[in-house]
Amino acid sequence: MKLVLTGNEAAAFGAKLARAQVISAYPITPQTVSVEKLAEFVANGELDAEFVEVESEHSALSVCVGAAAAGARAFTATSSQGLALMSEILYIAAGLRLPIVMANVNRSLSAPISIWCDQQDSISVRDCGWIQLYCENNQEILDSIIQAYKIGESVHLPVMVCYDGYILSHTAEVVDVPDQSSVDEFLPPYQPPYKLDPENPVTMGPVGVPEYYQEFRYALHEAVREAKEKVIEVDRDFERRFGRGYGLIENYRCDDAEVVVITMGSLSGTVKEVIDKRRERGDKVGMIKVRCYRPFPHREILGSLESAEGIAVMEKDISLGATGALYADVTTAIQNSDRRPLVMDFICGLGGRDVKLDHVEETIETIKKCVARRKIETPVKWLGLRKEVL
Amino acid sequence: MKELLEIEEELLAPGHRACPGCGEALAIRIALKALGRNVIVVQATGCGEVVSTPYPQTAWRVPYIHVAFENAAAVASGIECALKKLGKKDVKVVAFAGDGGTADIGLQALSGAVERGHDFIYICTDNEAYMNTGIQRSGTTPFLAWTTTTPAGKVGRGKRQWKKDVPAIIAAHRAPYVATASVGYPLDLYQKIKKAKYIKGPCYIHIQCPCPPGWRFDSSKTIQVARKAVESGCWVLYEIEHGQMRVTFKPSKRIPVSEYLKLQGRFRHLTQEEIQKFQELVDQEWKRLGLE
Repeated sequence: MKLVLTGNEAAAFGAKLARAQVISAYPITPQTVSVEKLAEFVANGELDAEFVEVESEHSALSVCVGAAAAGARAFTATSSQGLALMSEILYIAAGLRLPIVMANVNRSLSAPISIWCDQQDSISVRDCGWIQLYCENNQEILDSIIQAYKIGESVHLPVMVCYDGYILSHTAEVVDVPDQSSVDEFLPPYQPPYKLDPENPVTMGPVGVPEYYQEFRYALHEAVREAKEKVIEVDRDFERRFGRGYGLIENYRCDDAEVVVITMGSLSGTVKEVIDKRRERGDKVGMIKVRCYRPFPHREILGSLESAEGIAVMEKDISLGATGALYADVTTAIQNSDRRPLVMDFICGLGGRDVKLDHVEETIETIKKCVARRKIETPVKWLGLRKEVL
Repeated sequence: MKELLEIEEELLAPGHRACPGCGEALAIRIALKALGRNVIVVQATGCGEVVSTPYPQTAWRVPYIHVAFENAAAVASGIECALKKLGKKDVKVVAFAGDGGTADIGLQALSGAVERGHDFIYICTDNEAYMNTGIQRSGTTPFLAWTTTTPAGKVGRGKRQWKKDVPAIIAAHRAPYVATASVGYPLDLYQKIKKAKYIKGPCYIHIQCPCPPGWRFDSSKTIQVARKAVESGCWVLYEIEHGQMRVTFKPSKRIPVSEYLKLQGRFRHLTQEEIQKFQELVDQEWKRLGLE
């Protein structure tokens, strides 16, 4: 069924189709509509779930942890400060290996307070052991949430589905909403290997003494790394059934590209437009959209850079005092390869600043000049910085 | 008492690492006897969790989860909702948290869960300071008590404030059942938990648990200290059932608070005037509760 849905509504439909059983969330802009919609589904009897109106995001995720540990399918959604407040429990949810699914509507972090889009919130918790998927459009949001349960429940890890605030959350697009029976076939009910059950008592969340802690972390790291295969497998299965697949990355016209832009989220759509225009005039440029940011697809990215001389990372985050996070990951991916293309980082779109076609053009021109000179003077450039107000 | 002794099943296994004379371990042991096997336990970070679950060992013979310090009530809420959805109606969810995890860092999550009306029991094992980190002051540390963050010196005289009244806060949420208890009165404690087990909705039980190293007394004196707290009126045993308060044990004659304070090193620095002040405040509290 084709419906016109905002990103937030698409997320709610995704959770509904996945038959989330316990939903717990706290309102925050721009996430709010997604949970309002779910509350409506529950109130109308369209979704048989417990909707827990908690008193904070910290409790929202804690409710999900309890629910998942007891064997239920749990869903939450948040943004920005809410994700920051959840941060402590994010690590614990992963450490407890609970396949909670969360929609994170990407929004900048305070201070100054800003309700507008960038990806600093989810990037800042990249190390917590959650699988992170970034969406380009509203269809991908709905599909990714359904996929997220299948991935998470297979590898016993929580999954965060990230999408850009306002740009996707509040923008309506035509979305194909699959019927419930085909989603049920794709995603059977959750069968946890262990759960809190008086019939078979287990202890969850013990003290990790030094003789064991490091092994717990190693096992978790390996699980996140190995989840890459599951992300691919689930996506292929989904594509076979529903005709839509997204991969770990999208290689967009990279095959003979001399310059490749790497980005995440809704900005991919803008970059594609510039790539198409340039390709029309014979310019060998391409784009990689990183959909799966954790686990990071080092090998897949490297595989799409075979002809690249210059790489421009465009990202809506900054590791203050260092570089953008995606830039750091991309440079790690190419560090030990034979080919060493030049890589530049373009910080853009922070706190809702528009990233326009001209910014993408400027990015490509800048990296091209560097390639011609075989030299990068400033590896990190801020796009559209208003020097007059500094 | 006989009934309690007859229950042989120990659901908190011996061999956990609690200190000798630990009031909290005793409280949990008695609580589990009253609760039985058909429970799911959530425990906040603290002494109780640390001493009972050093991987790969566990002292818990019932399903157990520890998540964090401040969210035991929220985790319990999630479990309760999951059980509802999974059609398991006869399993009781029980949260244990210390005074820090209840009165201070966990108060928000507790308030939220009680306000929402989840069907669960929340048990505060109150040893009146952050004992797990080494005796720091909490909201429930008593007036004038020495802790490592309220040291007694030329200027400081211990904690300057009265103990935070968490049962009253929870009662103000109109919880169906709120009670105080003491490890010095195990049968009273047992009966209150048993009662809570059969009440639908959020039940709150606040147990005073003397701590030998934290309160500075010999580990053989836990029960004696707990009883003196009640006999002197420093700790009152009551229950509030659907808004109706009832004192469950009233000492026939209240002993002076000095009898309770002098057993504990944490009050050693008190002058006669300070003990007198303490006595006056306890007397006022008794009047306020309508006990005298």
